[in-house]
Amino acid sequence: MPHVIETRQLTKAYGSLKAVDKVDITVESGEIFGLLGPNGAGKTTIISMLCTILKPTSGTATVNGYDIVKEANKVRKSIGIVFQDPSIDDRLTGRENLYMHANLYGVPASEHKERIDRILKLVELEDRADDLLRTYSGGMRRRLELGRGLIHYPKVLFLDEPTVGLDPQTRDHIWKYIRDLKKVQDITVVLTTHYMDEADRLSDRIAIMDHGKIVILDTPPKLKETLEGDVVAVKAKNIDALSELVTKYLGLEKKQIIDGALEITVRNGKALMPRIMELATQNNIYVESILLREPNLEDVFLYYTGRTIREDSSKELHGVAAIHRRSIK
Amino acid sequence: MTEIRGFYTLWLREIKRFLRDRIRLVSSFVQPLLWLVIFGAGFGLRFAIPGLSYQQVIFPGIVGQTLLFTAMFMGISVIWDKEFGFMKEVLVAPISRFTIFLGKMVGDSTSAFLQGIIVFLVGMALGIPLNPVTLIYALPVMLLITFGLVSIGLTIASFMGNLESFGAIQTFINLPLFFLSGALFPLKGPGINLPSWLTVVAAWNPLTYGVDALRNIVLGSAWAPFQIRSLGVDLGYVALFDGIMIVIGTWAFTRMK
Repeated sequence: MPHVIETRQLTKAYGSLKAVDKVDITVESGEIFGLLGPNGAGKTTIISMLCTILKPTSGTATVNGYDIVKEANKVRKSIGIVFQDPSIDDRLTGRENLYMHANLYGVPASEHKERIDRILKLVELEDRADDLLRTYSGGMRRRLELGRGLIHYPKVLFLDEPTVGLDPQTRDHIWKYIRDLKKVQDITVVLTTHYMDEADRLSDRIAIMDHGKIVILDTPPKLKETLEGDVVAVKAKNIDALSELVTKYLGLEKKQIIDGALEITVRNGKALMPRIMELATQNNIYVESILLREPNLEDVFLYYTGRTIREDSSKELHGVAAIHRRSIK
Repeated sequence: MTEIRGFYTLWLREIKRFLRDRIRLVSSFVQPLLWLVIFGAGFGLRFAIPGLSYQQVIFPGIVGQTLLFTAMFMGISVIWDKEFGFMKEVLVAPISRFTIFLGKMVGDSTSAFLQGIIVFLVGMALGIPLNPVTLIYALPVMLLITFGLVSIGLTIASFMGNLESFGAIQTFINLPLFFLSGALFPLKGPGINLPSWLTVVAAWNPLTYGVDALRNIVLGSAWAPFQIRSLGVDLGYVALFDGIMIVIGTWAFTRMK
């Protein structure tokens, strides 16, 4: 059984900047494959190349057995895409948008009505099908786009940040559709996201991307296991000072400050907790609480990239990130 | 087959969008009305063409102008589609860029053509002597003129990132093409003495032949002494221009990401 997607040294460079740098991944039939990384990591660039929107600078890839450069048209026919940004015509109705898509992808005219009705039912938009798109809410538009991507029975569905900008309730809704897709038709899903929970809850396997490279690729449980360690979360009055101290005296660098708590990823949390307490006491830092927990995907990301995926805190860890990226290789 | 269906669906989309845009439909009545009434009648020029009023002479010019302005304006739909993302849906579809360009171009041309018909009706309502039969001959000619003009608009828009710069560029192209096409005055004929630079420039203006073709049809023998080329040659030039613009437009769409 050949892989549904296979990339070999896939690279996209813009001048000296390598947006995607020699990426080798394989995606198997029927899985939900997640590409996780901060904005600018190269997720969308990979997707764009696999969807034949961008041509690779070097390297190659096949989708459904077709070469993305030489057989672009065959690739296009066999995939569905939901873009990061909206891509529907808001002056047409939901149904008209779906008809147009069916025509663009050469769906036999005799099957249009049946397929479109089925899709509208799937994304629960039957009662709004004949309203202009401009009257739809953001979540409804997203659902229509998701449904639209399925009309021509693609073998692979690409979802680029499917829930970005949506409220939590709508996001839950979209997740449900994505998970239910496999029940309705035989399909492989590739999704990009910078939401940890989204990647964790949807993906069978996750590739963590940073600076155009795949840092690590595995199932969510295994990714968490690979940390072989614990997270020590400390709450203290002078958190920044404590953060500097643990690096200076205990040599701990895999850390981040989240909501006023210092979270440190370590191999042996139990042994380290007393050391941290000691250090705090010596330096007159009042510790409010300290706890030990299992690592989550956010910690996995921090461990492998040396920084948090949250854009706001990524800056302060930039120097550390650079050091750790080198030490991982 | 996929290409034909793709063409059809893109064409249909442009028509639907056009017909749903009420304000644009209303404005397509108003502008030619202003030109014909205020400029045409109010100008009050005693015109040197026997048997023809000035209003009659500029009428085909105003039809040409409407086609030009509408056609160029259609380019906005490309920028709009890029801005609101719909263009992506079309560009990743498994159909050729030639089909995409053609679908959009013929769709926009049809919309511009519908506005041209409206101008004809406005002209009749104003009492400009028009033989309804000439309208039948004028229809395909109007469509032929529009193809090339829409292609200019689409080509420029495919290079543009935002609406503001498109508006500015449009003015640079619309007005010279319009004023240098002889839409408002005959370019040659008995008693017509224009500076030679003007006639030279006008000879390279595709709209010149479009307007001349329409005058040959609508004004008939009364226009013969003033015609620039015979109807057949006019149409040949317009068709040549269309062909060139379709090639350029397809190229422009091919490089669009």
